[in-house]
Amino acid sequence: MKIPYFPGCAMKTTAKNYEISAMAVAGKLGIEMIELPRWNCCGVFPSLANDDLMRHVAPVRNLIRVQEMNKSGMIENEYRLVTLCSMCYHTLKEADLFVKDKEKLTKINTFMDREEEYRGGVKVLSFLELLKEVGYEKISKEVKKPLKGLKVAPYYGCLLLRPREIGIDDPENPTILEELLEVLGVEVVDNPCKVQCCGSYHTIDRKSIVAKLTYDNLIYSIGSGAEAIATCCPLCTFNLDSRQKEARELYRDLKETPIIYYTQLMAIAFGLEEKFCGLDLDLHYVDPKPLLKTKNFC
Amino acid sequence: MSKSNVEDQKVRVYVMGREYKVPFGLTIMKAMEYAGYRFIRGAGCRGGFCGACATVYRMEGDYKLRVTLACQKTVEDGMYLTQLPFTPANKPVYEVEKLSPSVNVLLEYYPEMAKCVSCNTCTKACPQDLEVMDYVQAALRGDFEEVARLSFDCITCGLCAMRCPTEIVPYSAALLARRLYGKYVMPRAKHVDERIKEIEDGKFDGEIKNLMGASLDVLKEMYTKREIEK
Repeated sequence: MKIPYFPGCAMKTTAKNYEISAMAVAGKLGIEMIELPRWNCCGVFPSLANDDLMRHVAPVRNLIRVQEMNKSGMIENEYRLVTLCSMCYHTLKEADLFVKDKEKLTKINTFMDREEEYRGGVKVLSFLELLKEVGYEKISKEVKKPLKGLKVAPYYGCLLLRPREIGIDDPENPTILEELLEVLGVEVVDNPCKVQCCGSYHTIDRKSIVAKLTYDNLIYSIGSGAEAIATCCPLCTFNLDSRQKEARELYRDLKETPIIYYTQLMAIAFGLEEKFCGLDLDLHYVDPKPLLKTKNFC
Repeated sequence: MSKSNVEDQKVRVYVMGREYKVPFGLTIMKAMEYAGYRFIRGAGCRGGFCGACATVYRMEGDYKLRVTLACQKTVEDGMYLTQLPFTPANKPVYEVEKLSPSVNVLLEYYPEMAKCVSCNTCTKACPQDLEVMDYVQAALRGDFEEVARLSFDCITCGLCAMRCPTEIVPYSAALLARRLYGKYVMPRAKHVDERIKEIEDGKFDGEIKNLMGASLDVLKEMYTKREIEK
């Protein structure tokens, strides 16, 4: 299966481990994710102002690139666009919804001087959805080293789930990540905070807010025995991982806990070469390797 | 060409609103000089390389704002022209030796880049037909190689900066990106290192000394008989 893929900035910088592992896992499952030949910022957050038309130009331009890929023959009649980053998923999906209003679509298309117009209907997918579509049975066949005895709690954050119109699963109690983790052999630990806010951009100027949220979001699942947290969003991952430093300064009882992308767990469970697991890129604040070594997973 | 023929070949252009009839086939720059303007700024190489003669124009009856270089484009009937001899742009001071090609270094010096909304107006404003927005976007994700590649032919005319609704100065950021790319990312050219060593070892000292001491006639002869490197 060939499918257009939108990376976004994080995949090329702070979340290289997410992209590398996802690409490798996709390859094993017969999915060829083809990066858009040209792409710009997803648009990052839709604006909360009433007049937020301008904020949708960036995401719509990326959706047009999918049309162009089909036109140039890079891809054959595939109008879906897969993303790894939750923020990109959210913004692109939201933009497609936004231009369902024909008047807004017409206005945005006036910005597209050099591109063809956006016709609507590019279906934005998160990689989690694509994996579900491929089927857990097929995925289980690739699991060569089941992660038996590894206790992992899922964490979704908000952007894949809310608002409901664009969410990939139940906004209050999603299970798509747990389903996948179970296929990998993981012992899933319940995380009552799995859809809570990670603190988002406060991480830049209000670190203490994020430190508190990080503590809150981790402490219950750690208390229930979780040894690691599986994530699907680069910003959540950064906050849950790096802000443990500040959180531990505030709360002495917080045990350092590795935060790891679900795709990395997949790569490990698939028995892929270490370079495809993305553990050696110096991107983790809390290194997951000691834990994985004690369990003989790497 | 008879006088009436020349008259027939004239086109109307408007320089800052005033109509002039100028001969068809002249560049905008020559046409303005024909009309009596004298360039003391906004003109440089006259060969399309220096970026000094950025020009903004509209065609009569067309809403589109167009851009070009005055020394490159020939006049057309009904052009409303104005020159952009200078672009005010902040000029951060940095020492490339002290920087590192990290993702955020461009944003540190040009934080306004993060405001890019991908409207592509800069690209449409580029007389060099560069993909300006694409290199701003590559800069945002720290891809110096892509910035260097896409911005290589930039002549810093300033038009992209003047059109950007978020007040980014793309060309200055691209210049820093190319400097960082050249210094830290691009492999060093081996032959240049070798030549520098030869110079430092004094291989050409005698030759330079001879040249410095030669008379004008000898220099002329040496010049005409010189071996041209392929």
